[in-house]
Amino acid sequence: MANSDNNRRKFMATTLQSVGLTALGGLLWSGYTDEVKASPLVLRPPGAIKEDDFLTACIKCGLCAEACQNRETNLDRETGLPKAGTLKMAKGGDHKLIGTPYFIPTEVPCYMCEDIPCVPVCPSGALDQLSVSNDKGELDINKASMGLAVVHKESCIAYWGIQCDACYRACPLLGEAITIEMHRNERTGKHTFMLPIVNDNACTGCGLCEIACVTEKPAIFVLPNEVSKGVAGDHYVKGWDKKDQNRVQDAKEIETTTELSNQSSSDYLNSGDLY
Amino acid sequence: MKNIKYLLLRRVTQIGILILYFGANAYGWNILAGTFGSSLLFGTIPLADPYTTLQVLATGFVLGADVLLGALIIAFFYFVVGGRAFCSWVCPINMVTDLANWLRRKLKLDKDEVNYRFIKRNARYWIMVLGLIVSAVVGISAFEVLSPITIMQRGIIFGFGSGIAVILAIFLFDVFGVKNGWCGHLCPLGASYSLIGKASIIRVEHDHEACTACMECKVVCPENHVLHMINKKSIHVLDGECTNCGRCIDVCGDDALKFSIRNYLKK
Repeated sequence: MANSDNNRRKFMATTLQSVGLTALGGLLWSGYTDEVKASPLVLRPPGAIKEDDFLTACIKCGLCAEACQNRETNLDRETGLPKAGTLKMAKGGDHKLIGTPYFIPTEVPCYMCEDIPCVPVCPSGALDQLSVSNDKGELDINKASMGLAVVHKESCIAYWGIQCDACYRACPLLGEAITIEMHRNERTGKHTFMLPIVNDNACTGCGLCEIACVTEKPAIFVLPNEVSKGVAGDHYVKGWDKKDQNRVQDAKEIETTTELSNQSSSDYLNSGDLY
Repeated sequence: MKNIKYLLLRRVTQIGILILYFGANAYGWNILAGTFGSSLLFGTIPLADPYTTLQVLATGFVLGADVLLGALIIAFFYFVVGGRAFCSWVCPINMVTDLANWLRRKLKLDKDEVNYRFIKRNARYWIMVLGLIVSAVVGISAFEVLSPITIMQRGIIFGFGSGIAVILAIFLFDVFGVKNGWCGHLCPLGASYSLIGKASIIRVEHDHEACTACMECKVVCPENHVLHMINKKSIHVLDGECTNCGRCIDVCGDDALKFSIRNYLKK
């Protein structure tokens, strides 16, 4: 009797221990996993789905990076061997989710191959072929949106009045993704500012502008969509745009009233703190 | 030469496979491309690791058909050749832990008093299930963020970075910590292949009549609890944790062990 009681106690203790240790392990493991996926400043291959989903879907096989490196256009003309490709596989120390593909434009930008070798080889669905295909179902790299080029006008010498259109010339979507805006240079009175303007609807985020930029640290650089773009929100409607107007076709009028405080408004006018 | 036949074959297979993967990236070879997570054989046949696939499915992401088909192909392949044949014939970490094991024997660290058995061998099954739960909770495949297997494989194909530290850590753990610590106690991938191995076709068979009970096989076996029948019964090694590495066959001087087809009818 005492023996079976002992056995039961031992069994209960071991079970409790196993469950407890598993819970501890689970918490540590979850914490670590959650921490390593938090790296918003990373550029993914063309066709990559939303970053959060991409981290889930990517099976870390490297087929995209291998296709990128071994594409015909990447072979060294003299040796016939492939050069370093655009896509790298994140390794320990890169501070990106390990084993996922990414690229750094200042090292090797995306050359926007017409046959997009990196996308169709993806077995998991992390790179979505449909998102880089046109209406006829043909691959179209111009549909890619890997990121958005952003100009830092304080370091861009074109904004100083110096003539430079390196990024504009380097852009594969010449005259579409980057356009030049002319302004009179009031300082000299006889020159023109030729300012590079990036257009979000055309820019694919390939990074060719970034590597072409002549300043010490590029004044134009590609940022991932998640960090480079704002969102106006649903409640702003373009009244001059028929399509946008359709969004509020069935909207019903809601009347709201806000009670104003007479006290505070008169206070702030009289307090002398206007400036 | 006779007593390292399977050891040599395994090293040739392991290194050969790594060379094929390496060449796929470095020279554009079209034989075996990708990594263990998902590969492409001859540019057409998809292969995928079943446990990695399960982790992604656990997150709720609907994977591409290529990966699902690839996982089925791999699962079937190891159902035939023995589940953990992956561990001893393919996995590159096996070379690291085998080296650690050899060093333990040379340094006489195999004695009980210096073998810290603070983990049980079935911990790996808990870790395997836990990996799926963590994947579901956090939303990314949990084992893949720290798997030394793919870190080592990607290291060889694309470059190691600081990932080499993980490989070194496993080596040290196996030499100075727990004997067969990683492969035999912790690795959830090995655990998943153990489950496939429980039913697999090609197994090691023991001949009790020929055995002289020298116990060489038990010394060299990385999972020696699976050899419970030695000098007792003439049966197959049916435990899924057997890696089909064939070291026991190599070291047996009595021809009492061999690979054979498992008999499903006889219990």
